Amino acid sequence: MTEPLIFEISSPGRCGASLPACDVPRTPLPAGMVRDDLSLPEVSEVDVIRHYVRLSQLNYGVDKGFYPLGSCTMKYNPKVNEVAARLPGFARTHPYQDPDSVQGNLTLMFELQEYLKELSGFAAVSLQPAAGAHGELTGVLIIRAYHQSRGDSKRTKMLIPDSAHGTNPASTSMCGYTTVEIKSDARGNVDLEDLRAHCDDTVAGLMLTNPNTLGLFDEHVLEIADLVHSCGGLLYGDGANFNALMGIAKPAQLGFDVMHFNLHKTFSTPHGGGGPGSGPVGVSQRLAQFLPGPIVVPAMAEDGWVGGPAEHADEHAEEHTGKHTEEHAEECHALRLAMPKHSIGRVKSFYGNFGVLIKAYTYIRVLGAEGLRQASQDAVLNANYLMHRLKDVYPLPYDRTCMHEFVLGGPPPEAEGVHTMDVAKRLMDYGFHPPTVYFPLIVHEAIMIEPTETESKATLDAFAEAMIKIAEEAVIDPDLLHSAPHVTPVTRLDETRAARRPRLRWVPPRQD
Amino acid sequence: MTYVPHSQAERQAMLAAIGVDRVEDLFADVPEALRFPKVSLPEPLSELEILQELQWMSESNADLDHYACFLGAGAYNHYVPSVVDHVISRSEFYTAYTPYQPEVSQGTLQTIFEYQSMICALTGMEAANASHYDGATSMAEAVLMAVAVSRGRRHKVILSPTIHPEYRETVRTYTQGMGLTVVGDDPGKLREGIDLDLEALKALLDSDTACLIVQNPDFFGQMESPAVLQELADAVHEAGAMFVVSADPISLGLFTPPGDYGADIVVGEGQPLGNAISFGGPYLGYFACKDQFKRKIAGRLVGETVDTHGRRGFVLTLVAREQHIRREKATSNICSNQALCALAAGVYLATLGKRGLRTVAELCYHKAHYAASQIAALEGYELVSKEPFFKEFVVRFPRPVSELNSYLLDEWGIIGGYDLGRVYPHLAGCALLCVTEMNSKGEIDYLVEALTTANFQIEGSAGSREVGS
Amino acid sequence: MKIDKDCRYAETHEWVRVEGNEAVTGITDYAQDQLSDVVYVELPEVGDSFAKGEAYATVESVKTASEVYMPIGGEIIEINSELEAEPQLVNEDPFGAAWFVRFTIADPSELDDLMDADAYEKFIAAEGAKGGH
Repeated sequence: MTEPLIFEISSPGRCGASLPACDVPRTPLPAGMVRDDLSLPEVSEVDVIRHYVRLSQLNYGVDKGFYPLGSCTMKYNPKVNEVAARLPGFARTHPYQDPDSVQGNLTLMFELQEYLKELSGFAAVSLQPAAGAHGELTGVLIIRAYHQSRGDSKRTKMLIPDSAHGTNPASTSMCGYTTVEIKSDARGNVDLEDLRAHCDDTVAGLMLTNPNTLGLFDEHVLEIADLVHSCGGLLYGDGANFNALMGIAKPAQLGFDVMHFNLHKTFSTPHGGGGPGSGPVGVSQRLAQFLPGPIVVPAMAEDGWVGGPAEHADEHAEEHTGKHTEEHAEECHALRLAMPKHSIGRVKSFYGNFGVLIKAYTYIRVLGAEGLRQASQDAVLNANYLMHRLKDVYPLPYDRTCMHEFVLGGPPPEAEGVHTMDVAKRLMDYGFHPPTVYFPLIVHEAIMIEPTETESKATLDAFAEAMIKIAEEAVIDPDLLHSAPHVTPVTRLDETRAARRPRLRWVPPRQD
Repeated sequence: MTYVPHSQAERQAMLAAIGVDRVEDLFADVPEALRFPKVSLPEPLSELEILQELQWMSESNADLDHYACFLGAGAYNHYVPSVVDHVISRSEFYTAYTPYQPEVSQGTLQTIFEYQSMICALTGMEAANASHYDGATSMAEAVLMAVAVSRGRRHKVILSPTIHPEYRETVRTYTQGMGLTVVGDDPGKLREGIDLDLEALKALLDSDTACLIVQNPDFFGQMESPAVLQELADAVHEAGAMFVVSADPISLGLFTPPGDYGADIVVGEGQPLGNAISFGGPYLGYFACKDQFKRKIAGRLVGETVDTHGRRGFVLTLVAREQHIRREKATSNICSNQALCALAAGVYLATLGKRGLRTVAELCYHKAHYAASQIAALEGYELVSKEPFFKEFVVRFPRPVSELNSYLLDEWGIIGGYDLGRVYPHLAGCALLCVTEMNSKGEIDYLVEALTTANFQIEGSAGSREVGS
Repeated sequence: MKIDKDCRYAETHEWVRVEGNEAVTGITDYAQDQLSDVVYVELPEVGDSFAKGEAYATVESVKTASEVYMPIGGEIIEINSELEAEPQLVNEDPFGAAWFVRFTIADPSELDDLMDADAYEKFIAAEGAKGGH
C-alpha cells in the first residue's frame, strides 16, 4: 500500500484554495525580480484531503495503540489540550503586541513558570527553548556564562556518563567544551571512583540524566552532586525522564543547578511526528540572571527580577489556588516581558513554543499536584510490572527496581542469529510500536521500554504476551522475525541505498 | 483519576506481581528525606472548568480576529485554508513521534519528503531538511554548517544589519562558545536609516570568513535585485565563503529565488506557510542548500528508497551525521524537527499550489504598496522605505510610535506597526507596518483614517505612555 | 579475511603501502567487514598535513561514523575522489580501488612502529576472539 507523491497527482491549472480578488489598485511589479517558474503541485482541495488522509493512515500513533518508545514518554495526549491551544484568543495573537493587550498569554506563561518551579524546586524558569536538545544547549551555555562571570576561564571539560543521550555531548561541543566520558558501575549508577578521578578545577559541570537512560535512579545522586560542587562544577539535569519524578523528588533539592523539562514528554503535549516540542529550563538562584529571555515577570517587579527562591513559588501558588476572581484578574493584569540581567541571550525568536505551553499548562491544571504524583507513580508501577513480566524471558542486564522505563539486553541468547531489530520489527505484526532499540549504547542489543502511566494493565499484558511469543518464535522460526514486519504498508526498507545515493526531493521530469 | 486507567484493585494486583506491598516501595532509591516533597499547585479542574478558565484568559487578549492587524516583523498574519488544520488535527500525525521505524511511519516520512521537495522548489536549492525550530535557529544552524564546511578553519561570520534583530541575537547566542567573531550588523552602517550598504559588507570579506548572511526581503521589507545580490554572491565565493540568504517564503511565490542569485544556503521562517501566529510559536525554520553540502546539513533528512519488494518508501537518511551517532563530533545537537509545523507548511503549499502562492504574494505586494502610498500622502507621516519592497514598509510617525500604537489599539481596535526604535535607536519614531492578503481595502482605509485623526487627536496630550519591553 | 603482504598496519586497522618517499593508505578488509555497508567516505583536502595517529577521514555506514587515522605522519598529495560516488568500493576492494589518500612521508622511522602482515593477522585474530563489535 503506497500513496503517490502529491507532485504526481498534480494537474496544470488546478488550485485548492480560493482567494479574494485584489481590491486595491495594482502596483507594477519590479523589473527583473519576478521568477519564471515554481514547481509546486497543482491540486484541488479534494485531492489534498484524500492524499493526506491516506498518508495519515500509513502512520502509527499513540491514538492507535501502545507506543513504548523508551526515553520518549509516549503518553496519551489529552484532547482538551488541543482545544485549548486552538482558542482564537490565544492562537490569533501576535508576539509583538503591546503587553497590555496580551495579558492572558502572559498570565498563562507566568503561571506555567511558577508551576515548573514548584515541581522542580528551581528558583527561576525560562520557557523559551523549543525542544529538549535546545534546552540542553541553553543549560550548558548558562553554565559557561556562570563560570565566565566569575572570571573562571580554566574550566574546559564537561563530564558526561557513558549512558547519556547523544545530545549531551553534542550540546557540550557546541559550547566549546571538551566531553569527558564517565563510566557506569555494575549497578548502572555513575561510577563514583571514575567520577572522583576526573573532578578537578577544569570541570565545568556534569550532565546527569536521573533516572538515567537505563531507567534507574542513581543511588548516589547526592554524593555525585557533592563531588561536582566541591570541585567548583555545576550539575546539569537532563529532564527527559522527569515523568518518573513529579511529586516524587524535586531535582533542585537533589543538588541539580540547572535542568531542562520536556513538555512534550512529561506534560502530555503531543510529539507531532517529531515536533514541535518545548524545552523550558529551570535554574537555581545563582544562575537565574543567566537565563535566556525574555521571561514573564510581574510588571511591578524591580528591574532584573527573574523569580524568587522556590519558597516564593509556594506562596504564589497558594495565593492563587483555585481562585479566579475579578480581583485575581486585576492582579494578573500586570505582567511584562523582561530579559534577565546577564542573559546568555535569546535562543530563538520570540518567547517559546507558546501553543505547546498552553497544552502543558492545561495538563497541569487538570491533574493538580496529586494527579501529577499519581501519574509518575503509575508510570513507575507500569514499568516495573512489565519488567517483571519479561525478565524471565529476555536478558535483564540491570536487575533492580526501575523507574519509568527499563532496558532489556536483546533477544534470548538461545535465539541464534536473531537481533534486537528483528524483535522490534516483529512487534509491528502484533500491532505494537516497537520500543527504542540499540540505546543506551552501554547495553548490547538494547531494548528500551517505557510504557507510561496512561496504559492499562490489559494493554501491558497483551504487549508482554506478544514479546513472550516473539521470544519463542525467535528460537523456532527465526526467519519469521528476519522477514518481519509482514502486515505493514511497506516491508523493511533499503537504508544503505538511501544513504549511498541520497534522493532528498522530488525532481520534475525533464521536458523534451 | 484523569488519564490513568488503573483501578485500586489493578494496582494491587500489579504490585503483588512485582513483589512489593506498596507503590512507595518502588521509590526506595530516592533519598528518603527528599522523597515525596510537598508540591503546591492549584486544585485540579474538570475539563469543563479548565476550558471556561482558558476561554476567559484567552478572551482577555486582543486577538487578530477582533482587531485589524498591521504588525509583522517576523510573525505574519496570513490566511490558513481550512484543510490545513483538518490535516494536522489527524491524530495519526500528531500523536506519532520521529519516524524511527519507517514501516509504520510512511505517512510522516512521505509528508516530510514532499515538504523538502517543496522547499527546494521555492528556494531554488537542491536539498532541504525536515526543518529547524524557527527562522532564527535555522540561521544559526546555517552558521554552524558554514563553519563545518570550512572544516573549522574559518571563524568570521558577516551579518547584514537588515537581518531580523532577534535572528542576529540568536546567532550570537548559539556561537558564543565557539570562538567566532560576528561582524557587519552595526546599525550605524545603514544608509539613510534603513538601506543596506553592500560595499561595506563586501569589505569585511576575507580568508577567515565562513559565511555572509543577508535577508531578502530584509527586516524592513525592502528587496535587493537579483543582479546586485549575484554580485555579492560572487564576492563571497571569491573569498571562499558561503552565501546565506534568509527569505520570507511567501515572497518566493512571486520573486526570484535565492538559488538563482548564488545562494549556497537558504533559510527562513516557515510560519507564514499555514501555521498559526500563536504568540510566536511553535513555528518552523526551513533550511535548504546546494546538493554539494547535503552531508553537512544538521537535523532530520528524509530520503527515498525501496522496500524488500521493490516498492517505493521513505526513510530517515544520512543519519550518521546526527548527534545520536556522532555525539561530541556532531556539528549540531538538534534532535527533533518541527514535523507537525512542516506538515502544515506542506499542506498549505499543496493547497495553494504555484498559482495560489503567487496570488497571495501579489495581494500582499499590491495592498502593501496601496497602504504605503495612502499613508505617505498624509500630513506628518513620511514613507522611509523605497522601492522595491514586498509586504512591509517603514513610516516615520509624527508622534512616538508607542503612543500612537496605544491610541490605535484603544480607540480604533487596530494593532499598529513594530516600533523600530526598540532595536534601532536611530529609527526612533519609525514604525514597520505589514500588510497582507488579510487586510481588505476597507481595513487599510480605516487605518489611514485612524492615522489622520491620530495626528490631531492626541496632539497636546500630556506625556507619552511607555509600553513594550 | 584478506591481508596484503606488502603493507604495514596500524592497530586502528589502517594499511599503508610505501612507494619511494610517498605512501598510500586505506582501511583493511577486517575494518570494512566490521563497518558493514559503507555509505560515505569523507576525505581531507590535498595540502593538509596530519601527524601519525591523527584522524584524517571519516567512514560512514548507515548507523555509524568512524574516524580513520594516519598510520604515519605526512602531507596529503592526492585523494581518491572516486570514493565519493562509489563508497561501496571500500567494501569490495579495500586494498586496491578503495585507497583513501596518497601522501608524502614526513618521517620514515614512524613505519617501524607499525605491524607487518603476519603481526596484523595475529592481531585481528586476537581481536576477533574478544568478540563483539
